[in-house]
Order: sequence, then C-alpha cells, then structure tokens
Amino acid sequence: MTVVNMKRVLLALMLGCSTLAITAAPLPPESVLQQASTFTDQAGKDFQLADRRGHVQLVSMFYTSCTYTCPLMIDSGLGVQHALKPIQRDALRILLVSFDPQRDTPAVLDALAIKRHLDTSHWTLARTDDAGVRTLAALLGVRYRKIAGGDFNHTSGLILLDAEGRILAKTDQLGAVPDPKFLAAVKAALDKPGPAAGL
Amino acid sequence: MRVILLAILLLPTVAHAGSDYVKVPAGAYRSALKYEDIKDDTQVAAFELMKTPVTNAQFLAFVRTHPEWQRDRVASVYAEKANYLSHWSAPMQLGDAARPQQPVTHVSWFAASAYCEAQQARLPTWNEWEYMAAADETRRDARGDPAWRERILGWYAKPSTTPIADVGQLPPNAYGVQDLHGLIWEWTEDFASMLVSSDDRSQSDANRLKFCGAGSLTTQDRDNFAVLMRVAMLSSLEAANSTSNLGFRCARSLPEPTSSPPGSPLTESP
Repeated sequence: MTVVNMKRVLLALMLGCSTLAITAAPLPPESVLQQASTFTDQAGKDFQLADRRGHVQLVSMFYTSCTYTCPLMIDSGLGVQHALKPIQRDALRILLVSFDPQRDTPAVLDALAIKRHLDTSHWTLARTDDAGVRTLAALLGVRYRKIAGGDFNHTSGLILLDAEGRILAKTDQLGAVPDPKFLAAVKAALDKPGPAAGL
Repeated sequence: MRVILLAILLLPTVAHAGSDYVKVPAGAYRSALKYEDIKDDTQVAAFELMKTPVTNAQFLAFVRTHPEWQRDRVASVYAEKANYLSHWSAPMQLGDAARPQQPVTHVSWFAASAYCEAQQARLPTWNEWEYMAAADETRRDARGDPAWRERILGWYAKPSTTPIADVGQLPPNAYGVQDLHGLIWEWTEDFASMLVSSDDRSQSDANRLKFCGAGSLTTQDRDNFAVLMRVAMLSSLEAANSTSNLGFRCARSLPEPTSSPPGSPLTESP
C-alpha cells in the first residue's frame, strides 16, 4: 500500500468516525437507555431515554402521593448534588420516574418539583405508561407492586448510570447524607473524561 | 385500505401462532400468598391463556422474524449472553439438544415479553397463573386435596437433569390448560412484584425504609409448597436472567362479556 493510499484510508476512517459521532453510534448493549418507551416530563414534554445520553445521571422510581420513602429519594438526590463540586454538580442529571402513571400527570409532577424547589435544568420528574414502568423497573432491577388504595410497594434507592446508560452503582441508603461508596462512584463517573464532556 | 392491509399483515401472525388459547372466565380464588392489603379472595378478570407453553419451534420462528432477539444479536441488558438460548446449536438452529416441541427455556423475561407482544398478547400475571394452576383435571380448585398436592410435589422433587418433555403430553386441567405443573417454571408479567427478598424477611427499620406503603407478602397457605417454590424462584430472578427450566406462555385480556364482539379476528376458538 502506497503512502498516498494509506493517507486516503486514514482520512476516510477519520471522516467515518466523525460522521458516526454526529449521527450517534448505537447505544452499548448494556445500556438501559435502549428502552424505547415514551416518557413525559414535568413540563409535558415527551422524550425517550436515549435523548438523555451524554450525561452521567442518577435514576430512581417513585410516586408523588407516597409520603414515606419517596420524599427521602428526593432528599438523597439533593444530598448527592450538595456533596459535589460545582463543575461536577453541573454535569450530573437526575431522573425520577413515577410508578403511578394514572395519577402522576405532568401537572402533578411539576407541582412536586416546585414544592421541593428542584432545579429542572438538572432534575427531571417523568411518567410513562404501565408497560414502560414495567420495563424500566425490570431494567433497573426495581421491584414493585400496586397495592389496594393506590399505593405501591417498591424497593427504592438511587442508580448511577454513565453517559451511555450503563449501570455503574446502586445504593439503597436513602437520606440527605449520601452513601459514601455511592458518592465516590458518582464523583469518579463525573470526573472521567469522555464524550460526555463534549456534548 | 389501511384496515385491509393491517388485516393481511395480522393474518399470518395469528395463523403462525398456531397455539391455542383457552378462554378463562372471570372469577375469584384465594391466593396462597397473603398481602396486607388484600383481605378477601383475589379477583381475576376474564382472560385467555395459551393451552401449552411456547415451544422451541415457535420461538425459533419468532427470532427469525425478530432478529434483535437472536442470541448473537440480543442486547445484553435484555438477556444474559451466556445463558440466553444457549441450548440451541446455533442462533437460528435448534440442534440435537432442543426438540421443536419442547417448551423453550433459557429465555429472559424481556424476550418472553417481546414474544407475547408480537402475538398481540402479554405474559400472564401471577394471579392469573396461580388461579389456573389451582385446578386439576376435574376441579377448578383442587388445592385442598392432599393427594393432588402430593402428585404435584413429586415433579418438584425430581432432579432437573432429566430432559424436559414435549409440551401437551400431560392431561388438560379443568380449564383445558396443560403443563402448568410438571414441565417447567414459567415467567409472569409481574414477577418483579414478588417482594420477598431476604431483606424483606427481616423487618428491621432500615429495611422497612426501602418500601413505600404496606409491607411485603407472606403466605397464608404454608402447605402449598408448589406455589411457594414458584414464588421463591421468581423472586430470586432479574429480568435478564434465564435458566434451563424456565419458560413461558402468553395471555390476553378479554373484554367484558357484554361488549365481546363475536368472531373477533384475534381470538381463536380452541
């Protein structure tokens, strides 16, 4: 192979790579962002999990009428945020998805976001349909059951996803003071240089 | 025009499904599981259930038309690569270790759900499954009969190294459904509602914190080992897991009797 040919091949490869980056390579096989369900956020805007690619994020499931652990889940997210450096905090996204699509309309989710003073440029409260809830719970390993009277039994905790949607860490420890091991994993993920920084 | 096209598209799917669905009338039964919030019988709405579990042949036809579920292409988040369809000789070939009429096993919950969805169906709920599995050949609820329990437990006591038999060999139960006991374990749509992890058994405050609302399930029929073993097994699984004796069958909700359109194209008479 001549030098000129070699250069051409290299150029083609580079062009190929950049095109790929723009048109988005397929998500890795371990990514939970592959879930195709439609979600709706507190502002009433529809999105898919793949739209959230490019940011390290915390994900959890909850429902707004829950009075016991669910407020703690928001505390936990805020606790992690507060324990971060500003540059880390700015890069982190938090997504809470409701178990209760019937009652948790965008308006209800929005009211909760306002009540808890959540910064919706970093926090997303969302709903999807019953099948979407089932699939997301299965992907995250969350167990839940709707009980009589409209409440839900569920396991809870925060799940850390990398910018490609791979599960990096989980914690069951809830509250304003973050689980130290989990916090360390969050910081490590945020500090890791990667395509996320450029997006 | 669209309607006609849709009908044409649907026809081969239904015909190919080839699996009989048995219509099950609405009813109530007493679950062997006890939840704090359910005091009385568990109500089950009318539904239809596949007479036998999905076979290797049927699942092979599915992965042919849905290549994203072939074992070499499936996303690992949906099925553990090491186990998923690992008993087939190749991604598109059953081979010697998997007979066409054996129930398909080594399938994840995601794969089972996708199969049913492609049949315009879904996995049965646990309640539907337990309701069906209470029957013997003549009675809709045979669970109080020690002889019946003994017979069922005989299968669970068998070592799982014996090759799995073909579907439809066992006599139908009172509803006309086969193989609920004695052949394989089966996925349910809501397997993740079985909140009986080891954490839940210890009722410490720390663990109770993990739950919103009432506590987890306990049992009200401690002698119903067959059901309890199913629950224990399902509660230990993640949705991407698969095992050598875990398969599935599909179900469909039925409209209330008054609004049921006769001769609906999606319902096959058994």
